[in-house]
Amino acid sequence: MNIHEYQAKELYKKYGIPIPKGIPAMNVDEAAKAAETLIAETGSEVVVVKAQIHAGGRGKAGGVKVVKGTAAAREAAQDIYGKTLVTHQTGPEGKVVQRLFVEQGVAIEKEFYLALAIDRETRTIAVMASPEGGVNIEEVAEEHPEKIFKAYIDLATGVMPYQIRHLAYGLGLDKKGTKSFGRMLRKLTDLFVKEDCSIAEINPLILTGEGEVMALDAKVNFDSNAHFRHAEMWDALEDKSEVAATESEAQAAGLSYIQLDGNIGCLVNGAGLAMSTMDTIQYYGGQPANFLDVGGGATQESVTTAFKIILRSDSVKGIFVNIFGGIMKCDIIANGVVAATKELGLKVPLVVRLAGTNVEKGKEILANSGLNITPADTMADGAQLIVKLAGGK
Amino acid sequence: MSILVGNHTKLIVQGITGSAGSFHAGKCQEYGTKVVAGVTPGRGGQTWDNPGGKGSAPVFNTVRQAKEATGANATVIFVPPPFAADAILEAVDAELDLAIVITEGIPVMDMLKVRAVLDRQSTTRVIGPNCPGVITPDECKIGIMPGHIHKKGRVGVVSKSGTLTYEAVGQLTALGLGQSTAVGIGGDPINGTDFIDILAMFQEDDDTDGVVFIGEIGGNAEEQAAAWIKDNFTKPVAGFIAGVTAPPGKRMGHAGAIISGGKGTAAAKIEALEAAGVKVAPTPSGMGTTMASLLK
Repeated sequence: MNIHEYQAKELYKKYGIPIPKGIPAMNVDEAAKAAETLIAETGSEVVVVKAQIHAGGRGKAGGVKVVKGTAAAREAAQDIYGKTLVTHQTGPEGKVVQRLFVEQGVAIEKEFYLALAIDRETRTIAVMASPEGGVNIEEVAEEHPEKIFKAYIDLATGVMPYQIRHLAYGLGLDKKGTKSFGRMLRKLTDLFVKEDCSIAEINPLILTGEGEVMALDAKVNFDSNAHFRHAEMWDALEDKSEVAATESEAQAAGLSYIQLDGNIGCLVNGAGLAMSTMDTIQYYGGQPANFLDVGGGATQESVTTAFKIILRSDSVKGIFVNIFGGIMKCDIIANGVVAATKELGLKVPLVVRLAGTNVEKGKEILANSGLNITPADTMADGAQLIVKLAGGK
Repeated sequence: MSILVGNHTKLIVQGITGSAGSFHAGKCQEYGTKVVAGVTPGRGGQTWDNPGGKGSAPVFNTVRQAKEATGANATVIFVPPPFAADAILEAVDAELDLAIVITEGIPVMDMLKVRAVLDRQSTTRVIGPNCPGVITPDECKIGIMPGHIHKKGRVGVVSKSGTLTYEAVGQLTALGLGQSTAVGIGGDPINGTDFIDILAMFQEDDDTDGVVFIGEIGGNAEEQAAAWIKDNFTKPVAGFIAGVTAPPGKRMGHAGAIISGGKGTAAAKIEALEAAGVKVAPTPSGMGTTMASLLK
């Protein structure tokens, strides 16, 4: 689960991690008011107006403006608010800015990169720090891997002094900066563990004129499996407009759904089978329109919802249902497919491959439905059939 | 001999009074698994009756009590995510040989802590979480897989994905090859047992002639397994990796199935496996025939 920068910074503040003064704004007037307040509080005319979207690369896309004075802040807010930002993380359709964050301008001595993430290999929390801050870190990792310094934090020991020293030397910090960095890293780790994060990233982390580190940006992703521990807070933080409507509708029906660019809709049980169904469609020359896992407890209703979601896209020219019944019985799926088809009036070819528990019953239901459903025995056969029926690519 | 589970296995079901726990305990028992006890705190002294009809088992408050009273050596965990880490550690504390964790949705932070404890001991082997379980056909089924698609044979199966395991098993059965043991290690980022641990057991098992290896995008367990296979594994391996078409940055169902920072792609995994001499099937429909061609 993703949250906005201003929300992440609220959390940072709670843990004592240094951040600039800032005020969130839900419209242009609020942004101007926020600028006025900050200027009065700090005595400095310099403020930063930042677009709040769930994606990095906002600066390059024109979503961050450093300005002087309230009038200029209002202009900047007018410019950014409602704008569609396209960054390397938004996809080509971009994201519309519906929230702003106004911050005091801070004198930047140096910019760094700092991130925490779960490392599967070492089963620790991996820290990545780089003196190349404020830029696209993927590019640094690619071109200058020697400029990325790493440490692996064991939950039993927490952050050790030698790890702080290693990272601080890598960043080129002096004694004061190292101390300040160490304090921040400990607090960020504490936040990471207690708040069940999967990623905490600061890009850029800066060295201020006073020689202390500060989080100029803040990104936090939560591990959605831990929702039960933080339900109230996470539900309040969630910005539903950032999640594709169909994906949240699918989630509510117990489906795992991701929209893709192709023309063949897929309805599958199990994540691995769903992924490899997409792969098989592509192998035979088609393009999957989605990833859709109906899960182990699919019902007639959830199958119908799945069909509705798949058919909503005009680009879908055919549907491939691929089920290996285990706990889920093929006859139940077959009934769901027939009911959904009758309810929705299917206008594109439908290929159904059933295997496993109650497969014979399932096939019989489909055959006797009087509907134009093409059966397949294996997933390879099914994929080839649907690619052909959907008219190739 | 097969690996992990067999006629010797005496099973506890943790969470036996829950709907999933009760239903699957029943299915395991009907398959022939010796379900000797259930554990649900606060329900000790009750009796669990197989919802499918025949069979029952005593319910205990703790895993230790269940083990002492019945001589159980394995457990299967159906406890919901908020209590799953506790259930796993209770099984480890009771020194059972094997704990199979079916529960889906355990927080990564919980599994980091659990795994740290697991690494300090060697008594209990934990399989999962978020896995279908382990089955040795005709002897013992522990988990949620459909028993009837299996057939006793000489091919081992190890997989991150549940339904793809069924797919492989179904093909091996149709081809008459059958399975020695099929193991789902689960698709979570931090789990109890890796591919390599299972491959090492199959290497030592005289009743396993070859292995079907099923991985998916995310992490680098497949790459590590490939390197290990190259140096240590002498039996033929048929492989498959799911997620060639998965876009980066999108989590594909499993908590672990995500390509992030350009790492964990299917292409890199397939390349590593092929370099290790594994024959990778181009589509999942070819897993069985690929294995058959290697065993000729």
